[in-house]
Amino acid sequence: MKDSYSFSSRAAYFFLAPAVIAILIFFFIPVIAAFIMSFTDFDIYAFGSLDTVRFIGFRNYIQLFEDPLFWQSLQNTVYYVVLATPLAIGISLGAAILLNTKLIKYKGFFRLSYFIPYITTLVAVAIVWRFIYHPKFGILNYFLGLFGVNPIDWLGNPTLAMPAIVIMSVWKTFGYNMIIFLAGLQNIPEDLYEAASLEGANEWQKFKAITIPMLAPTTLFVSIITIVGYFQLFAEPYIMTQGGPLNKTLSIVGYMYQEGFRWWNMGYSASISFVLFFIILIVTVIQFKLQKNRLA
Amino acid sequence: MKDVVSKYGNSGIIILAIAFMLFTFSCSKKENGNVTIKFWAMGTEAEYVTKLVPEFEKKNPGIHVEVQQIPWNAAQEKLVTAFASDNTPDICQLGNTWIPQFSSLGGIIKLDDFIAESKVINKENYFSGVWDTNIMDSSVYGIPWYIDTRLMFYRTDVFKKAGYDNPPRSWDELYDLCKKIKALYPGQDKYAIYLPTNEWNAFIIFALENGAQLLKDNNSLGNFSSEKFKEAFKFLTRFHKEKLAPIGISQVTNVYQAFVEEYFSIYISGPWNINEFKKWMTSDLADKWSTAPMPSKYGDHYPGVSLAGGSSLVIFKDCEYKDEAWKFIEYLSQTSIQLEFYKLLYDLPAVKEAWEDSSLANNKYMQAFHTQFENVVATPKVPEWEQIAFAKVQQYAEIVVRGAMTVDEALANLDKYVDKILEKRRWLLSKEKR
Repeated sequence: MKDSYSFSSRAAYFFLAPAVIAILIFFFIPVIAAFIMSFTDFDIYAFGSLDTVRFIGFRNYIQLFEDPLFWQSLQNTVYYVVLATPLAIGISLGAAILLNTKLIKYKGFFRLSYFIPYITTLVAVAIVWRFIYHPKFGILNYFLGLFGVNPIDWLGNPTLAMPAIVIMSVWKTFGYNMIIFLAGLQNIPEDLYEAASLEGANEWQKFKAITIPMLAPTTLFVSIITIVGYFQLFAEPYIMTQGGPLNKTLSIVGYMYQEGFRWWNMGYSASISFVLFFIILIVTVIQFKLQKNRLA
Repeated sequence: MKDVVSKYGNSGIIILAIAFMLFTFSCSKKENGNVTIKFWAMGTEAEYVTKLVPEFEKKNPGIHVEVQQIPWNAAQEKLVTAFASDNTPDICQLGNTWIPQFSSLGGIIKLDDFIAESKVINKENYFSGVWDTNIMDSSVYGIPWYIDTRLMFYRTDVFKKAGYDNPPRSWDELYDLCKKIKALYPGQDKYAIYLPTNEWNAFIIFALENGAQLLKDNNSLGNFSSEKFKEAFKFLTRFHKEKLAPIGISQVTNVYQAFVEEYFSIYISGPWNINEFKKWMTSDLADKWSTAPMPSKYGDHYPGVSLAGGSSLVIFKDCEYKDEAWKFIEYLSQTSIQLEFYKLLYDLPAVKEAWEDSSLANNKYMQAFHTQFENVVATPKVPEWEQIAFAKVQQYAEIVVRGAMTVDEALANLDKYVDKILEKRRWLLSKEKR
């Protein structure tokens, strides 16, 4: 008995080994190395000679909290997440509900066209949107012009640049959430709605009392995925604004990239990434807690 | 071997496989007397330099040159990681502002001994400002391959309308001219000069012309609050404040189109734009633009200062066949080869003699560059300079232009952050002294 157990467990380890080793080498070791690095001043000089690396304790983290550019990037990222998440969830839920009704024809076509932005290369999309937002030749200003709105410098205006990026990235990502919501909607048993109809509930009441609670797990999943993804905002501003104007679209990841791979302040950059990690961790834990309370 | 496999199962094999992968990097190799030199070049330069390789190989049997193309915007990343993993090329094209970085890393070697014996390469053949960018602590680390600088591209027709038959020679003339150009378009969204706040170059060029010392104390502290820098900075931001230069940068998504539309009539840029302007300024606009050297402050020592840019050729420390690598650098530095390279892709030759050739001497856009190269200087030669220029100078230029801070506040803040960036350098300098 004991023998066969140890044999099968050994077999299990054997089959798990390739994946575990790969994760160890390509994930855990780099993460631990980065964590250690975040307590050093590893920089361009360190590539030349490791003697120049100093262990500086929490200095990177302390400096980070005194760095206005870090606060700016954190503020920008939070602003972006707060603006984009409800919008993305609302729109994808709305689209999913529309596609789930029996009234609409050509569902496959709509589902595909809503999903296409998600599978399109972000870089290409960002370049196209840069044209859309162009103050002089952009199609957006052209349409607004038809209603007598003066040309707006979307990406050049410090207050409008981030909302402009929000619109673009919501458009880009809502298709994915929509598909998940659609799956969630299709899992709601039809008889619940039938029973509610027999009791005389109207559409809004049915939505509030059946759809929303039944979708709660899906919504939790979607919102965690969305928030975690949005906190890692990088490519959109990198291509569309390079963090400008006035650093109003500089995201945390953007700042991390700049410090690490542009200026080679690897230690400092690593500390930024761990702060971001803790922010995402905290937000996720809060979300789980909230959801539990609601279910209880 | 059998033991290893049975003891560690798959993991042993995988670790061995990975170890094997790590050791199979190709190095320069010598096979039956033949030497292969790995040469990394960037962008279009890499594409065209391959055309010059066959002749070199014919003249130097036994030496084979392998050109690898790396994209400009990933170049530095790739070089630093190559250096970190001991996988550097033998020769590389290096932007001359990167020389301080790679020489202080100990990645590239001093070339003084090679130069002393060379019949092809000597200091006198080069523009002194450009040559100087390759010197660190009085040793030469790179040989200029092609060079560039920045000067004024301008609309001759607009200048004439504004009453200027010749480009401005002093700061006062430049300002006066811009005022007059702006007055040509009353009530219109048009400007005289384009001084984008996402490019640091103009701010540094004017400061250098004003004699500002950008960093002080052996380049270990920022010196942007100095009177000289402040004066130049105020002079430039005045163009934005008085609407002689557009403030935003996103409405100018296409500088050439904007230049065609007279959105602005002066743009400070480099030789890489000559062909672009030729492409855009067509038919009746074809002869309505030209190039001019930078104005000097008082117009007395024309031209004013500009930046010594370009790419140099360097030899990496781990190169096994340094003599052969040097031969290739010498080959690329011959006047005839420099000219051939110029004709292939219009990179300006670093060797002075090449400028006497008719293809350059008779080119009206090139004359201004020739004049300008006589007065070009290097930016501070510290590894941190690019970070200072790109991250900080630009940032504070934008802040001032948008009125978020006064000039004094902005420059004091600029110094504060530059000092932080240079902290490591100060520590290393003090360690050296001890």
